Amino acid sequence: MKKLINDPNDVVVEALTGLAAAHPDHLRVDLTDKVVYRKDSPVQGKVGLVSGGGSGHEPMHGGFVGLGMLDAACAGEVFTSPVPDQMMAATKAVDGGAGVLHIVKNYTGDVMNFEMAAELADADSGIDVRTVVTQDDVAVKDSLYTAGRRGVGVTVLLEKIVGAAAEAGRPLAEVADLATRVSESGRSMGLALTSCTVPTAGKPTFALADDEFELGIGIHGEPGRERKPMAPARELAEQLLEPVLADLPRADGQPVIAFVNGMGGTPLLELYLMFNEVTQILDKAGVPIARSLVGSYITSLEMAGCSVTLLAVDDDMIGLWDAPVNTPGLRWGV
Amino acid sequence: MATQQRFVDWLGDLAEVMAREQGALTDLDSAIGDADHGSNMARGTAAVADLLDDEFADTATLLKKAGMTLVSTVGGASGPLYGTFFMRMAGPLAGIEDVSAAELGAALRAGVEGVQQRGKAEPGDKTMYDAWLPALEAYDAAVAADADIAAALEAAATAAAQGRDATEPWVAKKGRASYLGERSAGHIDPGAASTTLLLESAARTLR
Repeated sequence: MKKLINDPNDVVVEALTGLAAAHPDHLRVDLTDKVVYRKDSPVQGKVGLVSGGGSGHEPMHGGFVGLGMLDAACAGEVFTSPVPDQMMAATKAVDGGAGVLHIVKNYTGDVMNFEMAAELADADSGIDVRTVVTQDDVAVKDSLYTAGRRGVGVTVLLEKIVGAAAEAGRPLAEVADLATRVSESGRSMGLALTSCTVPTAGKPTFALADDEFELGIGIHGEPGRERKPMAPARELAEQLLEPVLADLPRADGQPVIAFVNGMGGTPLLELYLMFNEVTQILDKAGVPIARSLVGSYITSLEMAGCSVTLLAVDDDMIGLWDAPVNTPGLRWGV
Repeated sequence: MATQQRFVDWLGDLAEVMAREQGALTDLDSAIGDADHGSNMARGTAAVADLLDDEFADTATLLKKAGMTLVSTVGGASGPLYGTFFMRMAGPLAGIEDVSAAELGAALRAGVEGVQQRGKAEPGDKTMYDAWLPALEAYDAAVAADADIAAALEAAATAAAQGRDATEPWVAKKGRASYLGERSAGHIDPGAASTTLLLESAARTLR
């Protein structure tokens, strides 16, 4: 393992310390509970947005804290969900009297820990907490026989859109309903060209030969469902988009936000090349692209690979997407 | 009859076991999960070991505190599951000074039911529950045949190990491993492996 680290056990806290030092005007970081806060939180009268998950997916979630997006992000250990104490602390700290929305990715650990936190928050402080669970990964057969679809790329788009709605002062019920609608309107699929190395594990999670790739990965370096022979980008884009388009709930002529995301070890050159392929496939399928996002936003450490997310949007969602956002990881209109 | 000191010994031993076995657990997890089970369990049980110099009103208070500490430090799915196990285990032991074999059985049952409720796992889903359930049944059977705590825990640990090994050919239906579908077959479930270590540790220390 060759990484820019000191001690594998100190990676998260030292990275959070750096994040705080890099954004002193916008963020405040609680290093004990490992929570990243918007500096001006709690914002009175605004619904508080709390998300979180394992570290190693940067900029998600800590990099999406700020005006127009999250109020707080709880950082777990690398690829490990945070614990209920962190979510409790965050929930109490960001409640500006209008309640709190938990944005949870559908992974067993994240769901269980947020569930315990919501139970405790209700018993402990009476804060009105609602929860949305993202589950957009079409690689997973959505049946009784798995833990359900994983939450992947849609999480980023949801945090932006719902963050804007909360910023605009919409009430909790409305914000939570919108979150559910966004969550249900998006689909994703990812692939890996290499494994990543979890610092505390010290070696790659899985091995991939030079001439093969893993189709249908999640965001934790866990292997996907299928290992396939490597192919040109055009064919990889087709393999990602075909199942996404087949499952995307979308009215005729309805536009999408198209999101090509890097897993951490793939340069923008290749991501834009992939986006080019995506635009051609969508053009052929008669799917208009209303907005787009290309870059590494929900990563798996240094894994090479990418994911494609499509979100079917209406005018309200597009307006909220365009609204100002000012976070370390996403910034426009300010 | 197990005194509070025996439970202290158990939790201390458990931290040593998890520190020693974390690489092996993480290897199992790398195969079908996300390569963090060993380090998570080592971190959580080490935090529990740090409590052991404190004084506790009774064994139940100790176990409850241990469970809360695991919930607060382990993360992932294992934190809520093992944390719930110890917190629920505390219930039937409230106010009991020297724990009898039958009383420990009631506590184990409460703990295992907590694991099942929190994880919503069924037998055969390829989870830690596949080690917990046979262990509980073996414990109860041994106590029914007049075994003492040590012998009953021996039987439970052996049954857990058999349950752990039985998970190897199965397709996972819960947790991270379920995303692999058929490819999860051929690997032992990491949670069933750590559960077996926990019961083997109990068999060594509680008597």
